[in-house]
Amino acid sequence: MVRVLHPGFYTSIQDLGRKDYQHLGVPISGAMDLEAAKLANAILDNNEHCAVLEMTMVGPKLEFTCNSTVSVTGANLSPTLNGVRINNYLAINVNKGDVIEFGSLTKGLRSYLAVSSGFQTALVLNSRSMYKGITQTTLLQKGDMLTIEPESFISNKNATIRPNTDYMENHKIQVYKGPEFYKLNEIQISSLFDKDFTIAKENNRMAYQLNELIENNLKDIITSLVLPGTVQLTPSGKLIVLMRDCQTTGGYPRVLQLSEISINNLAQKFVGNKIKFRLMS
Amino acid sequence: MNEFELKYKPFGERSILIEWPKIISEKVLESVLLCKDKLENYKFKERVYIKSAYNSILITYDVTINNFYGKVLTLKDILYTNFATKKSSYKFWKIPVCYDFDFGIDLEEVSKNNGIEIPEIIRLHSSTIYRIYFLGFLPGFLYLGGLDNRLHFSRKNTPRLKVKKGSVAIGGSQTGIYPTESPGGWNIIGKTPIDFFYVYDENPCFAQAGDKIQFISVTKMEYEQIAKSIESKTYVMESEVFDG
Repeated sequence: MVRVLHPGFYTSIQDLGRKDYQHLGVPISGAMDLEAAKLANAILDNNEHCAVLEMTMVGPKLEFTCNSTVSVTGANLSPTLNGVRINNYLAINVNKGDVIEFGSLTKGLRSYLAVSSGFQTALVLNSRSMYKGITQTTLLQKGDMLTIEPESFISNKNATIRPNTDYMENHKIQVYKGPEFYKLNEIQISSLFDKDFTIAKENNRMAYQLNELIENNLKDIITSLVLPGTVQLTPSGKLIVLMRDCQTTGGYPRVLQLSEISINNLAQKFVGNKIKFRLMS
Repeated sequence: MNEFELKYKPFGERSILIEWPKIISEKVLESVLLCKDKLENYKFKERVYIKSAYNSILITYDVTINNFYGKVLTLKDILYTNFATKKSSYKFWKIPVCYDFDFGIDLEEVSKNNGIEIPEIIRLHSSTIYRIYFLGFLPGFLYLGGLDNRLHFSRKNTPRLKVKKGSVAIGGSQTGIYPTESPGGWNIIGKTPIDFFYVYDENPCFAQAGDKIQFISVTKMEYEQIAKSIESKTYVMESEVFDG
């Protein structure tokens, strides 16, 4: 088990998401930075579907009640094991009674902690990803006990991964034309690609709003399907980038669609960060 | 098979959007559902996820699409080949709704604004047979077509922070049921005790796109009785099957 001594700012269990129930209006959810989550599992030779902890900005304080091996990826939240600084992107043996704690954020926004064989929290509709109304809890709480599989032996997982973490600081967001892109006029198109956009304070697992406005004369569309990474243009001219917890349908024009990599990239950005859209062919 | 001209658009790296003409109609819905059925019955080489809305279908592949035009050809083959699909049967569900003032907190406003007496609102709302176009917005939220023109009433300027689970409401030209407690700007005219989304079921929502529903007006006492039998899992929903 892992005992939550302090939950951190916004810590949840995530896996690759709940894809089988979208037709019933269920959001996909899953790790915001999917690549970082997959990498955390890969370092431990876990299956990529194993559930990990997603930690946002301020990490938790966790006590292990059994032996395990862990890895931390994504944002750098200055993790420590029993007070000693440990590195991201390494397999680290943890003994019964050990405490992992996180400190100051030095890069990115969201960090991932994997344990051997994954967190065994409730599987609901084929996924452990926490989402309000689907799983019983949405966030970790102080005192929670998270089930993990104890390791009886000290494993020797030393897959050295030299991760490229520069993507977190890359402000270029790759996009494709969305289904309603063709409705934009030249002025709208050039402002989409010339402007720097700033991440608004309204940013969460559901969507990132951007501060700068695009002059908008487009009518709403007949409610249609959206995806994580869909960029909607709202009547006020505000752009909304949908993220992993987004609804399955929407009525705003879908002007752009982020590349899969860029969704992970955006997930590492926070309020005030600048981005620029780059059109892919 | 198809009287409509369909458009195929790439949507990101892994999805293809198929679009019908921009109208909301039962004819378009029939065509969308038939195509969805064909796609769902086709054995794709890759894992695919298929969802539909009023006039579109989105197919999402588990891997990056390298050859969009090749994929579109395959999709066209599936949609234009008249292989015999087992015709889906649709269901007709009867949903009890209590239009008591305690639940229908916006009934008076709708009545005043639209110039219709409350019993007439209830009669109009519960005599229509609605078609389920698709599910979206919230898990188990049904997009219903068929609301009587006289009941159209625009959404509230400021949405309520909390709308109770089961609330039956009107938003513009649409009517719907809040399957869970959520913020919402629709005008609430009643409440149903029926659960539209039950996460611990393999099939969490009894209704599906294409099904029909009708609201049955019940008293507050009947509402309480049904709520109790739902809680004790002895409630049996009224439904009929008809061929699509």
